Parts: sequence; C-alpha cells; structure tokens
Amino acid sequence: MPDYVLNINGGRFKVTAPEDETLLSVLRTRLDLTGTKYGCGEGQCGACTVLVDGAPTRSCAVPVAGVANAKITTIEGLEQHGVLTPVQQAFLDEGAFQCGYCTSGMIMSATALLRDTHQPGDDQILAYMNANVCRCGTYPRILAAIKRAAQMPAPTTGGAK
Amino acid sequence: MNPFDSSLLDPVLETEHSTNAAQFDRRDFLRLLGGGLLVCLAPPAAISQESGRGGGGWSGHELPKDLSAWIHIDADSKVKVFTGKVEVGQNIRTSLAQQVAEELRVPFDSITMIMGDTDLVPWDMGTFGSRTTPTMGPQLRTMAAAARETLIEMAADRWHIDKAALTCDDCKIVDPKTARTISYGELTRGEKLVKTVSGEVHLTPPAQWKIAGTLVPKAEGRDFVTGKHKFPSDITRPGMMYGAVLRPDGFNATLSLIDTTGVGRIPGAKLVQDGDFIGVVAPDAYSAQKALAAIEARWKVPEQPSNQGLFEYLKNNPEPGADSAPQHVSGNVAEAFASADIKLDDQYTVEYIAHAPLEPRAAVAEWTDVHPSDESLSPHPANPEDDSRGPRSPGTPKVKLTVWTGTQRPFGVRDELMQAFHLSASQVRVIQPDMGSGYGGKHTGEAAIEAARLAKAVGKPVKVVWTRQDEFTWAYLRPAGLIEIRAGLKRDGTLVAWEYHNYNSGPAAMGTYYNVPNQLVQFHPSKSPLRQGSYRGLASTANHFARESHMDALAHAANMDPLEFRLKNLTDPRLRAVLQAAADKFGWAQAKSSPTCGNGIACGFDKGGYVATCAEVAIDPATKKIHIRRVVQAWECGAIVNPDGLKNQLTGAIVQGIGGALFERILFSNGKIENAHFVQYRVPRFSDTSQIEIVLLDRKDLPSAGAGETGLVGLAPAVGNAIFAATGSRPRSMPMAPDNS
Repeated sequence: MPDYVLNINGGRFKVTAPEDETLLSVLRTRLDLTGTKYGCGEGQCGACTVLVDGAPTRSCAVPVAGVANAKITTIEGLEQHGVLTPVQQAFLDEGAFQCGYCTSGMIMSATALLRDTHQPGDDQILAYMNANVCRCGTYPRILAAIKRAAQMPAPTTGGAK
Repeated sequence: MNPFDSSLLDPVLETEHSTNAAQFDRRDFLRLLGGGLLVCLAPPAAISQESGRGGGGWSGHELPKDLSAWIHIDADSKVKVFTGKVEVGQNIRTSLAQQVAEELRVPFDSITMIMGDTDLVPWDMGTFGSRTTPTMGPQLRTMAAAARETLIEMAADRWHIDKAALTCDDCKIVDPKTARTISYGELTRGEKLVKTVSGEVHLTPPAQWKIAGTLVPKAEGRDFVTGKHKFPSDITRPGMMYGAVLRPDGFNATLSLIDTTGVGRIPGAKLVQDGDFIGVVAPDAYSAQKALAAIEARWKVPEQPSNQGLFEYLKNNPEPGADSAPQHVSGNVAEAFASADIKLDDQYTVEYIAHAPLEPRAAVAEWTDVHPSDESLSPHPANPEDDSRGPRSPGTPKVKLTVWTGTQRPFGVRDELMQAFHLSASQVRVIQPDMGSGYGGKHTGEAAIEAARLAKAVGKPVKVVWTRQDEFTWAYLRPAGLIEIRAGLKRDGTLVAWEYHNYNSGPAAMGTYYNVPNQLVQFHPSKSPLRQGSYRGLASTANHFARESHMDALAHAANMDPLEFRLKNLTDPRLRAVLQAAADKFGWAQAKSSPTCGNGIACGFDKGGYVATCAEVAIDPATKKIHIRRVVQAWECGAIVNPDGLKNQLTGAIVQGIGGALFERILFSNGKIENAHFVQYRVPRFSDTSQIEIVLLDRKDLPSAGAGETGLVGLAPAVGNAIFAATGSRPRSMPMAPDNS
C-alpha cells in the first residue's frame, strides 16, 4: 500500500492506504476525522462533502490517490481558535438541523457556495444545494441559515479559504 | 389529595435497611456518582395504591417494572437526568431538560441528560409513538418537583424554620424574610440521599413556565456544526476491526454455492462463518469490503410477488390466524348506505416506502471479561427477570457485551442480544449515541447482532456499518396497503354511513373523527411480500390520505365547500380550531383554484396531536408536472414545551411527507428491491420544498402531547385534494405523481 502525506485542514497527515480507497474512508477510518459522513457512497446525498482545493467534493467518490497533492478542508477545519465560520454560526443561530447527520456536508457545500457567489438568491441556493439531502426535511431553515451567513462578515482566517 | 402533601415523599436514607435489590443498586449508583441526592420515581401501580386512585394519567403497560427515571443533584448543583428515551433529531434531549430545569428552578445549562445507555438508565420500552412528551415529560417534571420539595425541606431543617416560608430560584433555596440563601450543592454535599417519589407533587402550571415553553436552542448544537458529535457510526474502540456481512441475492434466498478462498488473499482479513451467517473482519474498512467482494456466492431466489398486482395480493392473502372482527361497529351501515342520497365507494392505495435515514444502521460491539468483584460496581437498574443476581461461584469471570448502536429501542436491542448470545441482562450493555435519525425505522438490532457475532469470533471490537443498499434492502419498510371506503350522505351533506376497510397498511388512526351514526371500520392484516414495520406516524398517513380524500370527494359530490363540509360533520372543538386556523392563515375563503393552480385542505388527529393542512399546488400547463408551492399547517398538542423545536418537527414532517405523497415508492420484483439507491429512490430535496407556514395553537390548559409524527398526516390529502381542485381528476394512490413531479 502506498504512503501519502495529505494536506488536511492546514496540517500534514501521513497515511498508508490503497490508492483506490476513497477519501471518505481514509478520513473516517484511518484518520478518525469522523465529522465527514457516509450517507450513500455514490455521490447522491452530499453527507460526505469536503473541499478539495476549495471545490465542494463528494469524498465518497474520490480515490485518495487523486487528492494526494490537494488542499483538503473538512468540517473539522472550519472553526479557528474557537470561532465558528459565518456558515457554522448561522446554522447554529437558525437551528438548521434536526438529527444533524447531514449538517457537515450542508455546511461544506454552503461554504463553497458563499465563497463563489456573493449574496446568492433563493434560486441559486436551491440549485447549488439540491444535491445535499436532509432526510429530516430541515431545508427551509438551512436556506435561512445560508442567507443569514451571506449577510455576516467573512472570517479573517479560516480553513475554507 | 393535597398536592403539597410531602408525606407521600419518603426519603430512603443510605443507612436504612432494605431488602429491595433495586435500592441496593441505587445506592451503589449514588456511590459512583460521588454522593448527592438521587430522586427516583416509583411505578404508577404504587402511586395508584398509595394515593387510592388510578394511574395518574400514565399508561402502565409501557412503564418499567422498577423505576422509570432518575434525577441526580451533585455538590456543585449540577443535575444529571437518566432516561431510556433517545435523541434521534426530534429534540427531546433539549425539551426534557427544559422541563427538569423548570421544575428544579435551575438554569438549563446545569442539566446533563444521560439517555439510552442500558447500564445507566432505567428500563424504557423505546422512543416511538410520540410518547416521550406525554409520558417521560410528566415523569421527569414530577421527580424534579419532588427534588425541589426535598431540598426545601432540607434547608428548612437546617435553618429550623417552616418550609412553607422558603422559595427556590437559580439552584438555591431562598429565605425571603432574611434574604439568606443556600445552594442545592451545599445542601447535598457529603450526603448520600435516595428519595423515592411515590405520589404526585405540585407541578408548575404551563402558564407559569419560564424555561419550558420557551425557545431553547438544541442542546450541544455546536457539536453538530463542528463535526465533533460522535454518531453511532463514528464510534471507535481500541483495537477495533471492521466487519462486513454477506447478503443474499434476494429475499428468502438459499445459498447454492459458496467459495470463500478469496478472503485469504486480502491481508489481515478473516472469514467468519456460522451456519447461514457469513461475514468478514479486517483491520480496516476498505479491506473488509474487499474481502466481502472476494466471496463468490450463488443464491437460489424463489419466485415472489412484485409491485404488479400488489394490492390484489394484499387483499387476497390475509395473514394466517389474524383476527377478522371489525375494530368498530355502530348503527347499521348497510341500511344507512342503502337509504343515503349521495353514495361514494372508492379504493385508495399506498406503496411500500423506505425510511432511508441518512445514517444507515451501524454498531460497534466489544466483548470483555468481567470479574464478579468488579460487577458489584455496576449501577445496573434492577430487572426482576435477570437471573444474574443469584449466587455465583466467586472468581469466575463472566463475559460482558457492550454495543454502541443507533436504535430507537436500546432495551429492545439488549433483549435481542441477550437472546442471540444467551446472556443475562447485566451481561449486555447497549449505548445509543444521538443518532442520524430513524423515523420509526430503527426499532431493531440487526447491525448490533452482526457486529457482536463478528467481534465474538475474532476476539476484538468490531464495527459494522450498513451500506445504503443494505439499508434499502434489508431494513424494514412502511407497509403498503389498500383502503376501501364506502360512504353515504344526506342531501344536505350530513354523513350517515361510513364503511372502511384497511388491508395491511395498519390500524393507526383508522377510526373517523367525523360524526357518523352508522359505521363499520376494519383492519385486515395481510401476508406482506416484503419485510415491513414501524414508520413515523405508522398507518396514520395512509388512513388520513384515504379518509380526507374521500371526505373531499363527498364534499364535491354534495356541492359543498370542503371546509364547510368538514365543519358540518365535526364536533371536536380542538380539531375545528386547527381547521379554522389553517384556513384563515391560508386565505381559504378567497383561494380560487384553476387548471394550473389547485388548493386543498385536510385535517386529522392522532397520538394527541391535532393538525389541519392547506396546500397550494402548481401544475405546469405544458408538462403537467406538479409542484407544491405553499403549505399552511395549523397544529395543537396541548401546552407547547419548545415552540422552536416544535416548528422544526412540523416543518420536517411536511417536507418528509412530500416524498410519500408525490414520488417515494419501493419498486420490487422477485424478491429484489429494484431501486435501492438514492439515484433511483427519490427523496425530497431543496427544490421539492414548498413555502411552509406553521400556525401553533398553544393550549397551556391541556397536557402536552408528542409532535414527532402526526404533523406528517395532513400533507398528502391536502395535496391530493388540491390536485383534484385543479385538474378534476382525483389521485387515489400514494405516491400521487411518481413520474410527474
């Protein structure tokens, strides 16, 4: 099995894994970064979303070999020195979760959306977020949280940048 | 009975002799907690005997044999609450803590809820049926109030004054006359006090609530936005290995050929074969999946029913030995139908649907040796059926199985594990971390048993996480069903006859709340071709869809407005109130339907919750695609414990309801699920979600009921009735637009 040094959340993680093992599997089972969730393993639900070089990526559908030289950000990398990012804070403020299992993926997708699109409209948010499933049906609050985050000042630092 | 009568509160001091094993355990437990005050609630039978009246409003069958929940107050005035209920996203970790904080007069933050750990909490039937709020809520409030009264008595003793002069606030007893105070922690410090609450105490009326009844954010919410919260599938143990289980090619399949030699080629992988059970264990998840894929298996799958002809099958294949008597008969339905002016006879159907919780079934199992000398430290609640308390030869180690898993029934899963491995209750501990929901779909312990079998075979902790395909295929489904309704009206719109038959879907909320003098209502269980079980709201959704669609059809047949028609045949003031509230907010009186926009209304009642739903549905003139544009839902379930959590539940129920109403269905053929992936089984997404407005009616004068389920039932019939209003064509099958929404 090849060795990789992965750049995750600003840190370097040495990991030995088969080259076709998914990034999701490596994060969860080899590095104990369990904030990224398994929902379907087929890129259909968004629970496993991470940022790879800033792009929202389904970690269940990406082999580790493909991200060996990339900058990876997971949900664990957003909070800096105890300060939540605007998206995290807005999810908390709006109570935009029920069981919370989809929340990591939702926050990672929304983080990418707000970085790319200043003040997105409802239609833009729906189109961008439509690949993320919340089985508890908390969509209206997630929508509200993303709109709230869009109004908040950007953090001065943050792993998502 | 004087509700203030503290003689019903009988403190059992540590030094007192007791032959009750449960109390011995409680004292051990108290010792583990480092002293303080432990409050326990005696079962309702004891209450009714002692107070000479029945039950105190609790249904005895679902309560534990011993004690139903515990509250502990430590020397820092911190409060621990022990309950067998579990948090699955419905927010009871928060709402129960609010109620304890309210009665104890402590800040919300001083409460820690210990939930769903079978070694630490008293027995509980499980978290389903919307029972947490109406049963566990009052129990915890009763204990908290009793704790408060005890602390007041302790302060009164210490100060040698009349307890009636004292009040409490913010973890302190206050003497208003002298302004002196003493904290709960100071009172309980160094004490080992067990109090059994065996009577009713004075509870704070909802109208005076300051913490309960308010918008308290989700407990530990921050851990969910940072990824720190450990769900069942996130649990790891030292030395843990990963397991995977071989699944048959179809239901009722038999293995005809197996070659497991490939497993040996995967480094570190081990085959576990035990009769029909075939699994693999490996040091990492990747290797476990590879090892599983390396097994070559051929299966014989017998010919089985499919979606085609399902409803005829359900009607024609009654469950053997099922009771064939109607659930309700009044008047003479045949005569009334014969003499009715307006008659409508129709069939409604619902397909199987999957819960598809985003976190699939998962478990980590660990076997350890326990020496009897260690075991006396176990704070295990007494279980009269547990034979492990009997004499044992000293020094013989006993195995203990600990399983972390996502389940709505930790004690039910403990029973499954006890049976599967021939263990006593004290040898099995099930721990339920707050999980990625269940919606009624996680009552069972499949993953727990699989992980335990694999862990036992390899002598190490093992994790099993089901794949999405496993979850769609091998979990149970919401039952499919056929509902036949025959109803008759007088010309003026008065209901006179109502005959209702439900085949297989289920009897929940099957009876009608409309006034009909002549009724026959019957449930007919069928042999289900697929594994079926509980689902959020059970058959309430199907029965409301059929009943409220049929009521809509009757209104149109009588040439009456659907709201007016319902109100004409409805007496229940609580149901009338939500109907009127939803209609007012929606603007029902002004709403005009057209071929491209339909408006529908429906109402319902189940599990203590009253709901009315109005829906506006848009129909694309070119494609005929259906989109739900706006939903207004009015809700009443007594005194509201947390309006924010309640709105979240109701909104979520509506969104989840959109799936079953419009497009969710399991497709199956010859023992195989044909759409066991999210790309094939469509669940509601952002773009399916309508504008949703919730109207809460807060009845502080009525007991609080649960709200996790019944918020689901109004959506489908309101949407169906809106589709009819626009198109003139009535949908009678759920999902209503699987290919056109």
